Amino acid sequence: MKRKKTILLLLCTLGILGLFTGCGAKDSENTLTVLNYGKYLDPEAIEMFEEETGIKVDYEEYVTPENMYTKYRAGAIDYDLICTSDYMVEKLIQEGEVLELDYANIPLSNNLDSEYFEFSKSFDPENKYAIPYFFGTVGILYNKSMVEESKVNSWNILWDKDYSGQIIMADSVRDSFMVALKILGCSLNTTDDAELKQAQDLLIQQKPLVYSYLVDEAQDEMISENAAMAVVYSGEAGYALEFNENLAFSVPEEGSNMWIDSWFIPKSAKHKEHAEKFLNFLCREDISMMNFDYVYYATPNKKTKESLDLELQENTTIFPLKQTLDNCEVLKPLDDEATMKLNLLWKEVKSAD
Amino acid sequence: MVKKSVERIYLSLIFLFLYLPIAVLIILSFNNSKTKVQWGGFTLKWYKNLFSTSSIMEAFWTTILISLASALIATLLGTLAALGIDAMKKRNQAIMVGATNIPLLNADIVTGLSMMLLFVRFTRLGIGTVLIAHITFNIPYVILNVLPKLKQSSRTAYEAALDLGATPMYAFFKIVWPQISPGVFSGFLMAMTMSLDDFSVTYFTKGAGINTLSTMIYTEMRKGIRPEMYALSTILFLLAFVLLLFMNFGPSAHKDKNGT
Repeated sequence: MKRKKTILLLLCTLGILGLFTGCGAKDSENTLTVLNYGKYLDPEAIEMFEEETGIKVDYEEYVTPENMYTKYRAGAIDYDLICTSDYMVEKLIQEGEVLELDYANIPLSNNLDSEYFEFSKSFDPENKYAIPYFFGTVGILYNKSMVEESKVNSWNILWDKDYSGQIIMADSVRDSFMVALKILGCSLNTTDDAELKQAQDLLIQQKPLVYSYLVDEAQDEMISENAAMAVVYSGEAGYALEFNENLAFSVPEEGSNMWIDSWFIPKSAKHKEHAEKFLNFLCREDISMMNFDYVYYATPNKKTKESLDLELQENTTIFPLKQTLDNCEVLKPLDDEATMKLNLLWKEVKSAD
Repeated sequence: MVKKSVERIYLSLIFLFLYLPIAVLIILSFNNSKTKVQWGGFTLKWYKNLFSTSSIMEAFWTTILISLASALIATLLGTLAALGIDAMKKRNQAIMVGATNIPLLNADIVTGLSMMLLFVRFTRLGIGTVLIAHITFNIPYVILNVLPKLKQSSRTAYEAALDLGATPMYAFFKIVWPQISPGVFSGFLMAMTMSLDDFSVTYFTKGAGINTLSTMIYTEMRKGIRPEMYALSTILFLLAFVLLLFMNFGPSAHKDKNGT
């Protein structure tokens, strides 16, 4: 009886182990594992890539760069290609987690405007690791019927008492401090205590005028005309403009933040060649066009931009002017100490009365 | 009179809070505008798009497959476990019930993370790992539903059947099964709901390229949720509603009342 039980137990264990190996033995030769922001690539493009190359794409999405970082660092999945924001790319480069690109395998990267490779140098000094995908700025989305347009060229309008209770501020540490630091004429990457303190004072001063601190909901509030202006990303502004023709977007003259979302190949890559093939595919004019239509953010692909309607090319909400961009800075990753300091200051702003 | 109207108002407020969000969702699923703050007229296009968007349909079928399969397997294992536990001595019973309840009380995120760490040691994450994880957290729900039914049933009838020459199998299906089957069924339904609902465990144990509805909706947060999702949620709600109606007013509901 005892013997029988032991055998049964053994069989069960074997069965369970079998289950494990069953899914482990899957053929993983001809695949590519991609990690990207949610809704940041036309699913049809992936299907086309699979058809053209016979490589199966495992496509995975995430929400925030921090989210992506945890996922990648957990090491549960061997990603071959990741798209994320500038400062997160820099952080991973610093940690030695990024592989060098072989541009010989990505000839179509010539389609990209070299200007944006220049901007990328702020986080990837030799353009060795990252290829820009979409970019944009942060600015003020405002309602033309509620705001005097001559004033929107300065961040100071967000401190104007005339608009008390009609201002939406960004509910994110880096973006809101960026606004205050730019008014003070400081770099948005500063870690200087005095500068940060001044910026914090400004933000506390502004608080009584603020309608609400929002991130994603800001565009909906603006479309339904619940507020006069909001600090938003250019991509979101472009989206909001489609729904309410009273809205307009402006990047203040004091300068702003320019963000670049880029592709890179992480150290975990098992199929580097496939990843490069996919990058090359993304740079192709027709594919880049599909993704532009799908995402509707500024593309660094000059071939794609040139084939757009002139009106769209000159839409400065989507495609910021060169002089606007020259005035902008790219976010840098902060070390842990500075991050803590900034978070504390921000918490004080949010809890001030 | 005053008391009555207060009661009415209270009740309607509760129902309003329960059902208003769902009503808004259903209305938005017919909204001919991408943004949720503008009414662009009535349309059925999101329903049409829904069935032609392969990523959503894939996530939908994965969700159905995982919840059905995990609920079925968990019901089988859980019922067997409940039978075993019921046959134990009091002390061991308490220990076993405690042990199976721990995963139930454990935070989902802890369960998810620990499973991921375990799976990564042995295998690639994929649909198989999600299934195993779901079965694991479903089993306690089944045991919890079956065990009380077993406690209510008397062991003597089963033993009498054996004395009269029935095989254990025959006696089980003739005597024990009819007594515990409502518990098994509700355990199955509960396991399925839990599995449909789950986000954290799935998020940590799924492989690249596999999405259930909950993980898919989550990744859409940054750029706004597609209206197709409202349409799908409406369909899911209606399905649950019809199922509920059937369970309460269907032919079997009457039989239950007369039977036991």
